[in-house]
Amino acid sequence: MCADQPPLRTEGLSKLTGAERFVDDLAIEGCLWGMTARSPLPRGKIREIRYGNGVDWSEFVVVDHNDIPGPNQIRLLELDQPVLASDQIRHIHEAVVLVAHPSREMCRRAVDQIEIIIDPEPGIFDFRVTPREDQIQHGTDNVLSDLGICKGDVEAALASADHVIEGVYETGAQEHVYIENQGMAAWVDGDVIVVQGSMQCPYYVLNSLTHALDRDESKIRVVQAPTGGGFGGKEDYPSNLAIHAALLAMKAKQPVKIIYDRSEDMAATTKRHPARVRHRTGVTSDGRLVAQDIEMVIDAGAYITLSPVVLSRGIIHAGGPYACDNVRISGRAMLTNSVPYGAFRGFGAPQSLFALERHLDVIARQLGIDPVEIRRRNLVRDGQSTATGQVINDGTDRIELLELAVAQSGYTQKQAAHTEFNASSQFMRRGIGLATFFHGGGFTGSGEDYLKSKLHVLGKPDGSIEILAASTEMGQGAQTIFISLASNRLGLEHSDVVVATPDTFRVPNSGPTVASRTAMVVGRLIERACDDLRKQCGLKDDARGESVRHAIRQWHVTHPGETLLGRAQYERPPHVQWDEKTYKGDAYGTFAWGTYVAEVEIDLRTYQCRVLDFHAVQEVGTVLNETLATGQIQGGVVQGIGWALLEECVMEQGAFKNCQLTNYIIPTAQDVPTIHVTFLENPYEHGGGGSKGIGELPMDGPAPAILNAIADALGIEPNRIPLTPERLMEHVLDDHAC
Amino acid sequence: MTMPADQTQIEVPFTLNGSEIVVRVEPSERLLDTLRYHLAMTGTKEGCGEGECGACTVNMNGLPVNSCLVPTYQARGAEIETIESVQHGSVHPLHSTGATQCGACTPGVVMSAMWLLKNRDKLDTHTVRELMAGNLCRCTGYDGIVNGVESALGLGSDE
Repeated sequence: MCADQPPLRTEGLSKLTGAERFVDDLAIEGCLWGMTARSPLPRGKIREIRYGNGVDWSEFVVVDHNDIPGPNQIRLLELDQPVLASDQIRHIHEAVVLVAHPSREMCRRAVDQIEIIIDPEPGIFDFRVTPREDQIQHGTDNVLSDLGICKGDVEAALASADHVIEGVYETGAQEHVYIENQGMAAWVDGDVIVVQGSMQCPYYVLNSLTHALDRDESKIRVVQAPTGGGFGGKEDYPSNLAIHAALLAMKAKQPVKIIYDRSEDMAATTKRHPARVRHRTGVTSDGRLVAQDIEMVIDAGAYITLSPVVLSRGIIHAGGPYACDNVRISGRAMLTNSVPYGAFRGFGAPQSLFALERHLDVIARQLGIDPVEIRRRNLVRDGQSTATGQVINDGTDRIELLELAVAQSGYTQKQAAHTEFNASSQFMRRGIGLATFFHGGGFTGSGEDYLKSKLHVLGKPDGSIEILAASTEMGQGAQTIFISLASNRLGLEHSDVVVATPDTFRVPNSGPTVASRTAMVVGRLIERACDDLRKQCGLKDDARGESVRHAIRQWHVTHPGETLLGRAQYERPPHVQWDEKTYKGDAYGTFAWGTYVAEVEIDLRTYQCRVLDFHAVQEVGTVLNETLATGQIQGGVVQGIGWALLEECVMEQGAFKNCQLTNYIIPTAQDVPTIHVTFLENPYEHGGGGSKGIGELPMDGPAPAILNAIADALGIEPNRIPLTPERLMEHVLDDHAC
Repeated sequence: MTMPADQTQIEVPFTLNGSEIVVRVEPSERLLDTLRYHLAMTGTKEGCGEGECGACTVNMNGLPVNSCLVPTYQARGAEIETIESVQHGSVHPLHSTGATQCGACTPGVVMSAMWLLKNRDKLDTHTVRELMAGNLCRCTGYDGIVNGVESALGLGSDE
């Protein structure tokens, strides 16, 4: 296939025929199964661990905190989370003891024989309330992170506004439900410990292993296995699992695999942070925003994990894509004794944007303005600034994007049709709603500066090239995009380019595969590394195709046995200025923009809500591969539909009670309509191939668009998701009772 | 992975992808595990282990079943077809519409699609979306799958 046409997914055929080997599919000689014994209570002190006599313990390898060579800490942002609890328990299902045995069934029996006796202490499970003295476990108030944004004079603007409208909005936890559960294998190879498994971020895993095992990174090798979905769920947790597998393998002196089953995965690994967002908004009578006073609180769970950065992205997006001169946003991440929450597609922004977009409709209805019109009046125009004072000047016409979504969805015609339908139908009600939003691509603020991502392009003696990067394929299409970008840059055939397996012994650290950064940030590194490769071969910048292949072959003739590497390292685009102390400036190099429209139908007998039609219109820079990009948007939208209507994590004492797919309901093909996807393209010069981040954007819009449609259909103002039929029924009945 | 040898093991003969075989398994062993860990046919994936997600779908006597819910002894004398029996050429329609992303649900999706291709009469009473609702996918949002199946069936798009 020629370079100008985007290729089909490179590993697609292997996946469609079942040939792709995930970690659970790898045949490893002499491999044991590993399994985890966990805390039965959410908080307390371990008094004793009893090993029952139902199994012959001499057959098992058993690991506890005493077997950890280095500090008993999982190194991430902070060091507060232990690898294996030694004394203090902070959440239910906390890992305490590991066992390994040739039989998985025997591991299950052994775990059943381990009794962890705990002297209970009072836990805290509601992040919205002030903790009692005996519930304090961090600082003086359980606040793990406290952030703020300030622009203009909010109090003065509120005092002089025509109207001040308040609202409180809540979002629940969400489980990732990647179809491949978490899994990791580890073995000892000479003086090197090898870890291979399902992960988004090989260098995060390496960084945690060097710390807990107290070994140099030349003695630890981390290899990504094909990864069956991540969505953020395989950003931080694989580090825990990798250390566990390595500890067992070191003690057993045999390979060990730990593969979670669905229930353990759902019970013990991270989920989306629950959040509560308060809005107090000053508006003029014609619907212009003059003051936004916003408070966002998230439930962090029992350890810090990634919560401060989730909170950061959450508050930066909380003011939305609107021009408002006076904005105050405060954010807090609260410790509770729930299983720690972590990264999930959108990373705090879906929570704060849900609140904002729902609140905007509440304001519109109170002022008697159409929801489209209030957005038209407030959308940020070029030259105006966001809450952090980031001046937007990208040439994207956000009003045009809004109008396109309104036109394509038939918004106005449907409003009229619904009025007629609702008047004539006894039990069915229809409504339409929309959300306008944005999503910053790449790490927030100075994050990319700290990462300093590196990437290499290897020129091989036969004239082909190999991309060496730690960025992982997990279904989003990174590998295919990488091949496209390199072949386009050098005028090569797709078959001239391969992408190396992410293996920390072979690839440089191109950063974690998160934050919608891979095509945009790492893709740009590929182009620059290709340019560097060309330069090293003595070629001009416009050399393409056979001249490049020829020059690579010639280089090897004149440099026998040497390695030809084109190199690139992240450089901050000159226009980006960020002050992390004051939270002012360019929070992101660029934003992707979206307007989503949802049409719903509610059955007043069952309170079931169906999404009848969905239109997703967005500007994401250059679309690098239409099939893959469309799939990213459709998949994200359907996760958003699930989060809005179906996916309820029932939490009791910090435990996920419905941790199985029988009663944690994600959408099936039958539950969702066709997702109509439209792209506007405005190339971003600092993104790979002109791309902006795309992966997380589609998680932001669906929930508010759907709830706004329900509000339109029923004349109620729901403020909490998931809006399950039970909750919708209560809402409607309560409303009628008033 | 090794299985502990046990006196209680039973012999189960069945036809796997057209070949007659006999396996010796524990009475409680799942067909999914027999395929994956006994016969090293790892194309069939485990998603939930309780018959909800469809990732482990195989065809048993011509019907799609969740192999995590089938004790291997129930396969005695049965015709079992797994993803390994699928010809590469027949998955092209699914490839071109973006029916696979992460690939973990995909073998199950393909097995359901193969069943549907042989049972077109089901379309008289059900939609493709209804007939594919036994396979959970967390990546695609289903349009890529539905479009691919419709294309394989020679139908128009879902619009």
